[in-house]
Parts: sequence; C-alpha cells; structure tokens
Amino acid sequence: MFDNKRKLPTSEWVFIICNTVFLVLFAIVTLYPVLNTVAYSFNDGSDALLGGIHLLPRKFSMKSYNVVVNKEGMLVGAKITVLRTILGTVFSLAANAVLSFILSRKRFVFKSGLSLFWVITMYANGGMIPVMLLYRSLGLTASFWVYVIPGAVSAFNIMVMRTFMAGIPDSFEESAQLDGAGYATIFLKVISPLCKPVYATIALFVAVYQWNSWFDAMLYNRLNPEYTTLQYELMKLLSSVANQGGNGNAGGKTEAAAQTITGITVRSAATVLTMLPIICLYPFLQNYFVTGLTIGGVKE
Amino acid sequence: MVLILWLPLFFKEDQCTMSKRKTAELDITKVKLTKKEFKRQWGLIFVAALYVIYGIVFYYLPLGGWIMAFQNYKLKTGLFHSKFVGLAKFKFLFEDDRFIRVIRNTLAMGIINLAVTFVTAIAFAILLNEVQSRWFKKTIQTISYLPHFLSWIIVCGIIHDSLSSTGIINEILLNTHILSKPYNFFAHPNWFWPIVAFSNVWKETGWNAIIYFAAITAIDPALYEAAAIDGAGRFQRIWYVTLPSIKPTIMILLLMNIGNVINAGFEVQYILGNGLVQRVSETIDIYILQFGVGNMDYSLGTAAGIFKTAVSIVLIFIFNQIAKSQGDEHLF
Repeated sequence: MFDNKRKLPTSEWVFIICNTVFLVLFAIVTLYPVLNTVAYSFNDGSDALLGGIHLLPRKFSMKSYNVVVNKEGMLVGAKITVLRTILGTVFSLAANAVLSFILSRKRFVFKSGLSLFWVITMYANGGMIPVMLLYRSLGLTASFWVYVIPGAVSAFNIMVMRTFMAGIPDSFEESAQLDGAGYATIFLKVISPLCKPVYATIALFVAVYQWNSWFDAMLYNRLNPEYTTLQYELMKLLSSVANQGGNGNAGGKTEAAAQTITGITVRSAATVLTMLPIICLYPFLQNYFVTGLTIGGVKE
Repeated sequence: MVLILWLPLFFKEDQCTMSKRKTAELDITKVKLTKKEFKRQWGLIFVAALYVIYGIVFYYLPLGGWIMAFQNYKLKTGLFHSKFVGLAKFKFLFEDDRFIRVIRNTLAMGIINLAVTFVTAIAFAILLNEVQSRWFKKTIQTISYLPHFLSWIIVCGIIHDSLSSTGIINEILLNTHILSKPYNFFAHPNWFWPIVAFSNVWKETGWNAIIYFAAITAIDPALYEAAAIDGAGRFQRIWYVTLPSIKPTIMILLLMNIGNVINAGFEVQYILGNGLVQRVSETIDIYILQFGVGNMDYSLGTAAGIFKTAVSIVLIFIFNQIAKSQGDEHLF
C-alpha cells in the first residue's frame, strides 16, 4: 500500500489533491493581504481610492514613503522602537537567564520556594489600574524605562529556559566545581555556551514582543511624544480610519478631520516599513524558534 | 512516548524526583539550609533575593493595590487615607448593564477564539503532516508563521483593508454577483465576533500548530504501520492514532489557555471596534480603560480587574479538576 505510488487507491489521490489545494489556499489567504498592502504602498494616493489594486501597483509612486518618513512622530517612534527592542531584549535575556540558572541548580536551597514565587505571578496579576499607579509612583511613567524594566522577568520564558538548563548533565557543573569554578563562572563559561539555542529563542520572543508593542506607549507615554513607538504611531493612523469605517460614530469626528485622515497608501507604506525588519529576519530565525519551542515542550 | 513538560514540570518535578529517590538514595533533591550550604551558595541566594525584591515590586505590590477596589480611591488621599466603601464598587459593577454586557462579550469572544484557534491549529498540523514533499511542507510552514510576527495593529489594518468597500472580500462578492453593492462589515454587530475570530485564526494558526506538529512527528511510526495492516484508511489513522497520541498536548495547552478566555480580546476589539458595533465589541479591558483610566475611577477599574483575575483562576481550577477526573494531563 505504501511502497508503490502507482498502487495508491483513488481515495488516496483525492485526499492528496484536496489537501494540497487546501494548503495552497491557506498560503494564499496568509500571503495575499500582506502583498496587497505592499502593492498599495507603492501606488499613487488618489488612484488607490478607486480600489482594484491586487498584487502590483497600478500607478507607481514613492510619495507615500516620503510622507511617512517625514511624518512627525514616525522618526522618533522608529528610534524609540529600535532602542527598546535592543535594550529590552538584552536586559530581559540576561535577567531571565540568570534566574533560570539559579532555578535549575539542583542543590539550590530555596529552589521550590522560588519556583512557586514566580509561578504565582503567572496567574495573579494586579490588573491595569494598580500596575499603572505603581509605575506612576515609581516614576516609570513618562519615561523610556517603562518599556524595559517592568516586563523583563517573565515566568513563561523562565520555564522554557529552566527546562533546557535542567537537561544539561550535572557532570558539567561538578567537573567545573572540582576545578574551583564559582557559580558565576559556571553560568558564564559552562552553562551559557550550551544554552545558545534557547537564548536565541527567548531573545527572538522578547524582540518581537518589544518591536510590536504599542499599548504601553499609549497607557504610560500618551502625553510624551518623545517616547512614542512605531506601532503606536501606526495605531493612531489606523484608528482614525477604523472609526471612519463605522460611519464616524465613535465620537468627535468632523468633516475636516475626515479629510485629514491618512490615505490607504500612506498607511500601507507605514505598515510595510514597520513589518519589514521582521519579515526579512524571521525565515532565517525559523530553526531557532521551532527547536526552542519544542525543546522546552516536548521530550521523548 | 511523548511527555509534555511545560507547566507540569514546574510543579511535578519535585514529586517525580522524590519518587525516584526511593530507588536511588544518593539522589540529592531537597538540600537543607545548613551553614555549609549557605557558605557554598551565598552567591546564588544573594542574587535570588534580588529577584524576589524585583518580583515583589512588580508583581506582588500591584496585588496590594486591590485594596483600592474596596475604597473610594482618590489620588490626593492615596491608598492609606482614602475612604473605605466596602463592596459598593462591586455592587455598582454588577448593577451596571454595560458591565454585564461587557462580561458577555469578553467570555463569548474568548470562548469562540479559543475553540476556533485550537481546531484550526490541530487540523493544520495534521493536514501538513500528511504532505509527503519536504519542500512543500517547509514552504507552507514558513508562510504560516508569518502573521504571528506581525503586531495586532498591522493585522487589524490588513483585516480592515480586506473587508473595506474596495477590499478583496467585497470585490469577490461583487464579481460573483452575490452582492450588488459593497457591504460594510464593520457597521453590522452580527459580523463583529466572526471577524475577531477570523483575525485570531489568521494570525495564530501556523504558530500554534508548531507544538502539535512536533508532537505528531514524535509519534512512533510503528503505530501507523500496525493500523495500516489492520486495514485503517487515512482518516481512520488520523482519528485512532494521531489524535489520541497528541491528546496530552492538546489537554495541557487547553488548560494553559483556558484562564486566558477572560483576557482574550483587547487589541482587536479596541482597534476594530466602533460606535456601531460597540454593544458587541466592548470587552472588560476596554471597560477598564474607559472608566478606570479615562474617567479616573481607579477603584471601579481595580474592581473590574479583580473580577477578571478571579474568573481566570476559577476557570483554571475547574478545568484542571475535569482533566484530573478524566485521567488526563493536569497542571496541579
């Protein structure tokens, strides 16, 4: 039944064809809207209002990109986003790695207590308001550091890393200890080099999270345009249009405002610029996140 | 055999190693804090203490802020001098028709999203696994991850443009003469929940499938061969071999996500919602944002937040008990 393709019964062929068609359709549904956005971004603004643009621009123009790059807030947003992605990832990775190292030491005296302490944080959180008031009283609002410091340690990331570290044989640690190495040396020189795949995975998770977040910018730095982020700027562009979709019922929209609403091409250009780094990078990082996710989760 | 270690490991590891100790007396699991150990581990203990301080400040202090829900909190008087009002804020919440509606919306969208994203991810993983060509499999998989890496802002923009009057969906409907004039999907409350569900499916199917795909690849091929010898067709092999084999994975992921039902839904609803669909689009988080942050009624916002946390913990416990009684994987 399996050894010869010619012997496959008709029902098998039907399944294979249907399955292939279905998966190709799935890929099209996934890719088409993204490519459509790219096409719109390169199209002339007033021509685009007619619609009917699919995979290629009808009237080529780079004007939208010009508008986006010169738009107030976009450049600041880009700078802050890059900065928070780099700093946030480095800080978070270091913080999670050290804690995971401590939690994965079999001889650590407070191991189960400390584990529980962090597991609880996954389920019980204070909620939006108490957290916001806390950040305000700590002086974290109206500052850049609110993007980096509060979310640095996350129980979920620790879980993945700890599982990985716990899988490293004890003999590595023991032989290093016999050579007189302290915990700091063991962490930096013995464990960390072995943890490169899981570090890459977590770094990727955190970097994508940092790059894509906008809610913190809105909640904590709404009144501080110098700390705006790229996604928040994009959100402002979009929400003006989204609300228009409901015939402008969502409060405070006048004719004048409707006219200044950014055209679809400018929005598309901003979208393309925002997703460009991620789209360029993710296919190459694929192996990291796939192995990282499954290393943490599946063990044979 | 596939063991899913995610959360159970965190809880069960000590029990597992305990039972192992019976067989191997030398296995050191619980180390007592003696002078000697302290001297050995003071570095670890010191750093761990720093993490505890961090955790207390950023995760446990906000829990102390829950007191606000029982006060008439004012910024001027602060946490220590605001007037206590008992359960008045909760009473207000549950007498507010809007809040009841918001709970309904949150739970409905949360459950719909959870159900459809689970089913599509599992189905996608199974179908992809049936593909023979490695090249085709890899290409489809790579494409399927893409939307996960895009922010909700971008995804909502894409969904919005696709459904707009000049978007692809209306174009198809017009060209096939199903509609005679463009349909405004965002003006009709009936369409809002399906749009939110589809957005979630579009964004996360490929990503969620990763873990199922890994679980499926780990299934012993001998099981399939045995099933084939017994005369099982393709669908029977999927039904009687693949699905039962990945059931533990499904159960654990379901348990991990069930508590999120009450969180499911802020960004899409916030971005795509508008005045016309407000009745079905508003979720608890939007309510908190509007009344708690916008109107500065911090006590009310906190009370709504407490309700959310309580519901999520109750859901986790109920489903954990169900899983336990069914003899499935459970968290604790």
